[in-house]
Amino acid sequence: MLELTGLHKSIGGNEILHGVNLNIRKGEVLAVLGPSGSGKTTLLRCLNFLEKADSGSVTLLGSTLDMHTASRREIADYRKHTAFVFQNFNLFANKTALHNVTEGLIVARKMPKAEAEAIGMKALKRVGLANKADSYPSQLSGGQQQRVAIARAIAAEPDVIMLDEPTSALDPELIGEVLNVIRQLAEDGMTMIIVTHEITFARSVATDILFMDGGRALVQTDTKNFFEKNDNKRVREFLSSLNERMFLNENDESNKKNISHAHRGGPSHGKRSGMRKKRRRK
Amino acid sequence: MNQRLADILLESFPRIFTQGLLMTIPLTVLSFALALVIAMLCAMIQIANVKGLRQAVRFYIWLIRGTPLLVQLYLVYFGLPDLGIVLPAFPCAVLVFALNEGAYCAETMRAAIESVPKGQLEAGYCVGMSYFQTMRRIILPQAFRTAFPPLSNSLISMIKDTSLAANITVAEMFMTAQRVAGRTYEHLALYAEVAVIYLIFCTVITRLQAFGEKRLARMNGGDVIRA
Ligand SMILES: Nc1ncnc2c1ncn2[C@@H]1O[C@H](COP(=O)(O)OP(=O)(O)O)[C@@H](O)[C@H]1O
Ligand SMILES: [Mg+2]
Repeated sequence: MLELTGLHKSIGGNEILHGVNLNIRKGEVLAVLGPSGSGKTTLLRCLNFLEKADSGSVTLLGSTLDMHTASRREIADYRKHTAFVFQNFNLFANKTALHNVTEGLIVARKMPKAEAEAIGMKALKRVGLANKADSYPSQLSGGQQQRVAIARAIAAEPDVIMLDEPTSALDPELIGEVLNVIRQLAEDGMTMIIVTHEITFARSVATDILFMDGGRALVQTDTKNFFEKNDNKRVREFLSSLNERMFLNENDESNKKNISHAHRGGPSHGKRSGMRKKRRRK
Repeated sequence: MNQRLADILLESFPRIFTQGLLMTIPLTVLSFALALVIAMLCAMIQIANVKGLRQAVRFYIWLIRGTPLLVQLYLVYFGLPDLGIVLPAFPCAVLVFALNEGAYCAETMRAAIESVPKGQLEAGYCVGMSYFQTMRRIILPQAFRTAFPPLSNSLISMIKDTSLAANITVAEMFMTAQRVAGRTYEHLALYAEVAVIYLIFCTVITRLQAFGEKRLARMNGGDVIRA
């Protein structure tokens, strides 16, 4: 459904992406993994034309765009089919949660206000925040803000949602609620590209993994294969460094507190284990 | 206080005050409204980086901020007639005040717009809005909240600066007070009186500013730093 070929991007004379390819089919979830600085954010930003690529082309739903020469019109059309979730949420600070969701529908898609608000409320319900419809971003926790951002992304029924480290700006105890929402979207068949460091999450939700290193997409393969049979040296190193970090975290006193807190804290834990059961039943 | 002085003050107070309402206030309001339009245009040209025009705007701001307001008034009112351009005093004052304040407010507005995080514009793009749609609905409302206190400052300055128009024969408050002082030789009393009247006007604006700030904060979720 979406195919990217030969994406090159330099910033300030340094080439950051050296010809990246990727493809994703409808209903798939592609997790983008890789060390910090490997170009994951830049990749997503180019994919949504927030950065202008030096070269490369992207095919979405059968129509191909040259990423260097695409016109404003073409980009606007392309964006009708995509949505973006930022690492730091970027909710409109002067709009309530509901109006964050409806703004694009009303202004960009010329939808009547009543219809947009009905859709907006439905999207907020889907992320469990219907009761916060009238709150401003400054009145919401990080996790809630990110869920509103996800509601904003799904409201226009995009064909693909791109998420750049959606949980990395969050306190540990807020990560679960956001991951649950994304997991639910995946189960509902939403096509997504997610940059993430939540390796367990990627492993359980993603259908495919793209591994980035030094501005190249080293590996794109299905999730099972990536974790079980991968013999790429860099991937191995990356995974073992993550394991090490997880091990360290588990020995960390303050983290233990967080973990036990999450266990007591009920809702997110309960939901998650419930979902796991559901998945197993399938 | 002797009876004569009390009579002079009582008699001149309504005269000066009325002149304030009829001259100083309209002069200020007109000039400031025009200044805001100029400032908005200049700020947008700089933010949107319109080629050529940007340099022109920078030149205008440099020129205005680098020369005294009084000199600008004299240049236009007494100087331009040498080139055959003769403007009546009141329009001339409005023009000079607007151009002068416009340059300062342009910088206020530019800084306010630049203080809005870039992510707000990108989020607008990502939900399909254009540059101008995002500017109008997301960026400018946030920038306006930031710009509001310094713009109120400018307005307060301008009310007082309109007293300079007395120099080019605009019969505003200060000139009225000057006339009474010249006639009665009660300089201390008259200038103190006109100072009090300026203070009254400025107090009203300060109150309006506090009210406006509260409203703007509420329209943005009301998060302010307050110990
Ligand atoms: N605006 C920028 N200016 C200069 N260098 C940048 C900029 N953005 C990213 N880079 C560089 O590009 C590389 C990839 O960055 P990024 O895409 O953010 O990586 P990741 O998201 O994988 O951590 C890094 O080396 C970073 O320093
Ligand atoms: Mg990144």
